[in-house]
Amino acid sequence: MKEFLEGSMAVARAVALCRPGVISAYPITPQTHIVEELAQMVADGHLNAQFVNVESEHSAASVVLGGEAAGVRSYTATSSQGLFLMAEVVFNIAGMRLPIVMTDANRAISAPINIWNDQQDTISLRDSGWVQLYMEDLQETVDFHIMAYRLGEDKSIMLPVMVCMDGFILTHGIETVDMPSQEQVDKFLPPYKALYKLDVENPMTLGPLADPDYYLEARYAIHATHKKVLELLPKITAEYAKATGRSYNGLVEGYQIKDAERVLVAMGSVCGTIKDVVDELRAKGKKVGLLKVTCFRPFPAEQICGALKNVARVGIVDKSVSLGSYAPLAAEMKAAFFGRKKKPEIISSFVAGLGGRDITKESVKEMFSMLTQKEKACEYIDLKPELLKENYE
Amino acid sequence: MNKHLYAPGHTACAGCGQSLAVRLVMDAAGKNTIVANNTGCLEVFSTKYPESAFEVPFIHSLFENAPAVASGVEAALIHLGKKEGTNIIAEAGDGGTADIGLQSLSGMWERGHDILYICYDNEAYMNTGIQRSGLTPHLANTTTSPKGQKSSGNLRFKKPIPEIANAHGIPYVATASIGYPQDIQRKVKKALSIKGPKYLQIHVPCPLGWQFAPQASVDVGKLAVETGLYPLFEYENGQLTAVRKITPKPVEEYLKSQGRFKHLLNNPEGIAQVQAVADRNIAKYGLKAENTSA
Repeated sequence: MKEFLEGSMAVARAVALCRPGVISAYPITPQTHIVEELAQMVADGHLNAQFVNVESEHSAASVVLGGEAAGVRSYTATSSQGLFLMAEVVFNIAGMRLPIVMTDANRAISAPINIWNDQQDTISLRDSGWVQLYMEDLQETVDFHIMAYRLGEDKSIMLPVMVCMDGFILTHGIETVDMPSQEQVDKFLPPYKALYKLDVENPMTLGPLADPDYYLEARYAIHATHKKVLELLPKITAEYAKATGRSYNGLVEGYQIKDAERVLVAMGSVCGTIKDVVDELRAKGKKVGLLKVTCFRPFPAEQICGALKNVARVGIVDKSVSLGSYAPLAAEMKAAFFGRKKKPEIISSFVAGLGGRDITKESVKEMFSMLTQKEKACEYIDLKPELLKENYE
Repeated sequence: MNKHLYAPGHTACAGCGQSLAVRLVMDAAGKNTIVANNTGCLEVFSTKYPESAFEVPFIHSLFENAPAVASGVEAALIHLGKKEGTNIIAEAGDGGTADIGLQSLSGMWERGHDILYICYDNEAYMNTGIQRSGLTPHLANTTTSPKGQKSSGNLRFKKPIPEIANAHGIPYVATASIGYPQDIQRKVKKALSIKGPKYLQIHVPCPLGWQFAPQASVDVGKLAVETGLYPLFEYENGQLTAVRKITPKPVEEYLKSQGRFKHLLNNPEGIAQVQAVADRNIAKYGLKAENTSA
């Protein structure tokens, strides 16, 4: 049923449709509306779950770790510093192969403290072993939460999934969302049956010490499983399309790229803005396009390189940085193309939107315009030189 | 012989007080028990893949989060309708309890989970090589509170975790020692019979870290109690309900039993300072027996 919903409320509704039994979270802007809504559902008896209020994100992640280890579908949400406080547990959850789903309301990292959107938080945890999916709009966000549980809990995967939604832009944005029915979700997402769990009838030790004889294989297994995610996710999105009528690629999505000469590659809500600009420029006869990366971990290198192999000029839009080096998505793109015969002549890197700086249509046009020039190594878009105390040129 | 729920074959040091305590705890708790364990000696010497000494469900996650992990396990069991009849124990060493894990533990107490938390107190970070913790006793020599020309060892006093536990208004707080095995088992059973969060701090002498012969662990544990340095007590709903009465021995007897206090033996002032700690305990908890027999 189509409804006009705030992003956080839509996420809470989608999560509730997945019937989690354990929910734990700690307040942090701009995530908090999600768990407030879930808490209300539990308080009203509309959701049969244990909602555990904790004293930190470290404990929120640890509570859902314990809940999932005891065989119950679990959920948490966080943002920014909260994700960083969780970081140790985030890695641990993946290492223990617990298919928890987490929403991260993407937000900048301190210092300076800043509550607004960029993607530095989740990008910084890209090596944690979690599947990372980046959302363009609220409909995607709803649908991918449901698919996230299905993906993570698949017996061939058993990995946690982070659904990354841009803070404020999506969490507090209001859009029309077609919410699936409980029947549709129940049919698509069966009850969780853990492969291994804490059970007094069948005692097991979870989280043992692995010495050098075993550790390498445990890590390799996660890496190898990520490759399986690249195969399974499109199958799951196809099944989801059958169940709901809404289809997604799940890994990457091209927009006007078939004959495009210039393509921007981006993740998250900025893709909507870029699509608008693509439409405007196309109307003027400019052959431009967008490649949206939905799945950042695992990194769909083959799909990306395949989609862009005939594009002459590609620009990567990063909403995060690796200070002192290349921007994260750009670095991965360049690595993916390295050594390939068919690849763009130019792969330019743009950093934009840090700390909530609006990426306007003008910003996007500027990036498309820069793609006519020589390759940009790491170009900061909309930088205000007058605010810099020193001259860095 | 009955099968122990904490099986032999692990790799603890000879004379390990913690390992002895764990066996007593697990047998007292019984098979319907789930254990969440912080990182520390215990997890290292008992669960090295592909082996495990635990015959009950056991989970180790990180150094400081066992209380939160156990809270999640409890929430899951409630959701599944399986909480009744299942004991949940969260446990850690003294560093994992008093230092890095205190926030997580406070959260577990405050939220009122039906979990028994056990601190195996060997009074330093033994797993990493005998560094000082918040539960290291006054003037003990550790690798990060070494005795030296200008120091007599650890200058601070043991953090009063049982008092901090009581301040959370939890129903049961107690201390125990491997010097008194039956007492440990009685307290575990009692704690598990009470709903809500419980705290049990067990003194577990460490031959390696304290520098004494492995066969002396139980005797060293007893001496700590008999001198008043490790008072054994029980609080129920904040009220002191029981103490192990002693005929106090001078602390010197305890200090000379271990290498970590060797530097104090020719230091009357240091000995007096430690004696003052014991005297405060004796007065505070009313440890002194009326009769001469302890």
